[in-house]
Amino acid sequence: MGMVGPLGLGVENVWSRLIAGESGIGRITHFDPSDLPAQVAGQVPEGPTSEGKLTLSDWVPTKDQRKMDRFIHMGLVAATEAVEDSGWKPQTEEDKCATGVMIGSGIGGLQTIYDASITVHEGRAKRLSPFFIPSALINLVSGHVSIKYGFQGPNHSVVTACATGVHAIGDAARLIMFGDADVMVAGGAEATVCSLGIAGFCSARALSTGFNETPQKASRPWDKDRDGFVMGEGAGVVVLEEYEHAKARGAKIYAEIVGYGMSGDAYHITAPAEGHYGAYRAMRSALKSAGVTPADIGYVNAHGTSTMADDLELEAVERLFGDDARTLAMSSTKSSTGHLLGAAGAIEAIFCMLAIRDNVAPPTLNLDNPSRESVIDRVAHTAQQRQINVALSNSFGFGGTNASLVVRRV
Amino acid sequence: MSEIADKVKKIVVEHLGVEESKVTPEASFIDDLGADSLDTVELVMAFEEAFNVEIPEDAAEKIATVKDAIDYIEKQKAA
Repeated sequence: MGMVGPLGLGVENVWSRLIAGESGIGRITHFDPSDLPAQVAGQVPEGPTSEGKLTLSDWVPTKDQRKMDRFIHMGLVAATEAVEDSGWKPQTEEDKCATGVMIGSGIGGLQTIYDASITVHEGRAKRLSPFFIPSALINLVSGHVSIKYGFQGPNHSVVTACATGVHAIGDAARLIMFGDADVMVAGGAEATVCSLGIAGFCSARALSTGFNETPQKASRPWDKDRDGFVMGEGAGVVVLEEYEHAKARGAKIYAEIVGYGMSGDAYHITAPAEGHYGAYRAMRSALKSAGVTPADIGYVNAHGTSTMADDLELEAVERLFGDDARTLAMSSTKSSTGHLLGAAGAIEAIFCMLAIRDNVAPPTLNLDNPSRESVIDRVAHTAQQRQINVALSNSFGFGGTNASLVVRRV
Repeated sequence: MSEIADKVKKIVVEHLGVEESKVTPEASFIDDLGADSLDTVELVMAFEEAFNVEIPEDAAEKIATVKDAIDYIEKQKAA
């Protein structure tokens, strides 16, 4: 597994900071946000690799950096950590061809497109870099990862807004089930903390604007004072492997992907419908494909973006779990990381696997006064030790797309 | 070395991320300096920008080494 995000570099580093209740949110420094209503975000901290921060040249050669948008940098960092961690370095043609990549992004190279537009607008179209298109294309994370490691199996990418990460991992697992590959490197990458990205989501009235002076309070899922999501950047990548294949080579196995469910709202481009039956159906379908019941689920990593939709998801989870909701822990780690859009589902799937490994439910920060009471324990403020054998992760995206993943202890 | 040659060398070092000592006149962008076809397109653009010259496609295709670039630019500048 590999990860880079607002809490820093590296899966173990991010996880320990998450469990400690730390926040990765701060005032935007990538550009001057003064003239925008939303001025906070989760940005990847820069600094020495040894301190769990990002020094890009340790991961991507300096001469190659300007040939790719930042979201590709993020994806390469996370994928490199994941592949190294997995120990899977195929040498034979056969093994290379049995290894694929499916890393998506919700938006792709937005800053690159912005910069190129200015070049064209200034009448300098002939000066456009030949690397503009491959820098902006979403599937180029998968492309770069395959080139770096020689993975010649399926090379694919997912684009489903904020559900991208879950769809990528779920679809990649199915490619393995279907026999298209033995190993899939899967996840999501995003880097839209730029003026165009923030302005766009501001304009859609999606971002928090009331906590510019207290950034770490801005992401507050289910709290009555929440006023929109906080954008984050980064990437999460996992190496999925057919079980017998992993066992045979003695691979370190974190967890098993056992269930995956999808649905569409067919309702509105940005808002979920009352009752969030789309989320309900995605979760129900994931549980069914996993062959588990709500009673088996110890932890839910909610989509919980810190918007009005939080309570609709909560209602859908309560409906699905019935009496079993009373013993459930559900948190939103976006309270700590912000919302990494297309990478969110990937980092949150990793959090679910670590929740199982360590029997810990990560906290929901800033949940001071829930806007809606519930029997579900939303792990306010501090992490909880709990027996967690099976976990569910939810991701929902603009366009009314919903995806849920079930992971289980091996 | 001429001012043009110096500047060409600097651009090549910057764009291809190679050591200055490797950028000899005979060095081929693709065979010796690790450039791919997109790198060479970008290099030619950088030369155009830096020297304020037009390098048409058929001329650009013939620029394979550092010396080719220097010669072409010097000729343009002299004209």
